[in-house]
Amino acid sequence: MASKPRTLYEKIWDSHVVERLDDGTCLIYIDRHLVHEVTSPQAFEALRLAGRKVRRPDLTLAVPDHNLPTTPRVAADGSRLPIEDEQSAAQLAALERNAPEFGIDYIDAIALAQGIVHVVGPEQGFSLPGATIVCGDSHTAAHGGVGALAFGIGTSEVEHVLATQTLQLRQSKSMEVRVEGSLGPGVTPKDLILHIIGEIGTAGGTGHVIEYRGRVFEEMSVEGRLTVCNMSIEGGARAGLIAPDDKVFAYLKGRPYAPKGEDWDRAVAWWRSLATDEGAVFDKSVVIDAANVEPTVSWGTSPEDVVPVGGRVPDPESFADTSKREAARKSLDYMGLVPGTLIEDIPVENIFIGSCTNSRIEDLRSAAEVLAGRTIAPGVRWAIVVPGSGLVKKQAEEEGIDRIFTEAGFEWREPGCSACLAMNPDKVPPGERCASTSNRNFVGRQGPGSRTHLVSPAMAAAAAVTGRLADVRKLAPCQADGG
Amino acid sequence: MQAVSTIEGRAIPLGLKNIDTDVIIPAHWLKTVSREGLGKGAFETIRATPGNPFDLEDFANAPILIAGDNFGCGSSREHAAWAMLDMGLTAVIAPSFSDIFAGNAFKNGILAVELPQEQVDRLLEVAKDHPIAIDLENQVVTTPFQDRFEFQVDPFRKRCLLEGLDEIGLTLGSESAVTKHEQMREGTLPWLDKPSRRDAA
Repeated sequence: MASKPRTLYEKIWDSHVVERLDDGTCLIYIDRHLVHEVTSPQAFEALRLAGRKVRRPDLTLAVPDHNLPTTPRVAADGSRLPIEDEQSAAQLAALERNAPEFGIDYIDAIALAQGIVHVVGPEQGFSLPGATIVCGDSHTAAHGGVGALAFGIGTSEVEHVLATQTLQLRQSKSMEVRVEGSLGPGVTPKDLILHIIGEIGTAGGTGHVIEYRGRVFEEMSVEGRLTVCNMSIEGGARAGLIAPDDKVFAYLKGRPYAPKGEDWDRAVAWWRSLATDEGAVFDKSVVIDAANVEPTVSWGTSPEDVVPVGGRVPDPESFADTSKREAARKSLDYMGLVPGTLIEDIPVENIFIGSCTNSRIEDLRSAAEVLAGRTIAPGVRWAIVVPGSGLVKKQAEEEGIDRIFTEAGFEWREPGCSACLAMNPDKVPPGERCASTSNRNFVGRQGPGSRTHLVSPAMAAAAAVTGRLADVRKLAPCQADGG
Repeated sequence: MQAVSTIEGRAIPLGLKNIDTDVIIPAHWLKTVSREGLGKGAFETIRATPGNPFDLEDFANAPILIAGDNFGCGSSREHAAWAMLDMGLTAVIAPSFSDIFAGNAFKNGILAVELPQEQVDRLLEVAKDHPIAIDLENQVVTTPFQDRFEFQVDPFRKRCLLEGLDEIGLTLGSESAVTKHEQMREGTLPWLDKPSRRDAA
């Protein structure tokens, strides 16, 4: 029997079905489980109460990230500095205790390998193409950038995976986001994904797994792919992925948890077989013209509220849908913006470069390129750059990038989730704006009353030196950094 | 999980679209190692506004929430479901839910009932002054005015909810199939089964 052409997603799904129930629910095997301190304590506690063990501690990796302050963690004498917030300290201590108790590898807060869980996974070669990867965090979608089926889960599912190494799931629908053409100069993967979310809406991918297809993604670096897939969840899709190719294999080769020797060769052969077959059918397809993608900025409190940097704050009355009009009015009120204002006339007081979306070496390089020889504008009160991991930080320091940031007036921080989500001391004050490379501009996301404008690292740097949202292409000689 | 069958009572007519999990429970409430006590922080930003529907006397202890499209979008934090349970909510009605929230709600015995926008609009109207009822067994939402809105529910989830089944217990019943799968992949995809540990670090 000739087999039906299948998508990348279908191939990964099929190879992980443990059991298929009559009603279509499948028991799916989970290859890699990443654990952080916020969404795991209740799961470990429940295991303990039920007298259950972790089935495959060897397929599980724990690292703290959300709560960790990004200020120095070690004193001059080498001793560990205490974490002031008692609740944060208790949550971090719980992970530090739970991991060894259940036999799980734990990356310590002061280890070089520590970082944001979604930066750490690929960087350690723990995240692999064709693998099913879960974590109690919605931005797990990021790992789709190496061709994995990766998605966020709640704490009950964390407990389920710890206990059984499986999940009860129904297969999602498949959605193709095909981007035709190439990105223009100064347009980055972040701009592309913001543009895509603006096109499909925050519920556009609900119930679907997105596969990003087209030459743009083939040309894009692995870091860029991780950025794109990371924000699939902002488009409503629990997972987003890109077919693994030589770039991914080169990126992973030699990393600590990556396959070695003969296993490596067998792995690559299997990974190559995963690409979507010619003639495979997607349940939904969206086509984007890359030529229409410009440096993109969010104006509202939903990631779909985006506009090209050359545009204006929209008039809520211009939306056809009543509830969208009401939402836009509320958003603008919260954001303190007047319809019709030029985006480039919006001042910003805070700059945040970091998060699981944009804290990899390429992101830091791209911002540093804009900052080199410049300093932050007088109106910018707070500018921080938070590398995604200790390894990213070290590499940046070796490249001298840290000095470009500090000379420009940025604070060079320790790795963690930082100002993405207001769970640690890095927060944007009420009523102030932040040009942020993170992924969510929700009400209060960066601190109560904070006003977030989502941008790329290069655009965050442009905002830093001009003191307002600015078109990076007008500032620096345009670099071909489409990927 | 506690068994769920019928939920009847007042329903908070919130109606807003895209209620994200940062709105349901802001991040500063997530620094807990417990599932309890999160109700205090539930919908904090909305409840800061005087006259918001959550704090109207009519809706004290209401078991149902009615919201707009894409309810629970954003983060995977199950704290959102725990916070809602802690404030007494055991069902949400909306035109659509984010996938992760719908899963988290189910795991905590919260019914996430999806109905078309026009039926949700009707319920928002009725809920201002009257109770509504959700019957899971018969998959129908009713009002005191003969409204009868049928809804779909995943058969597996329905069974778990009606019988209060422990999903982990169920899966552990399939342990031999899991072991068989692990043995299979050890042969065909060995690198997935045995991550080389830090040997190259």
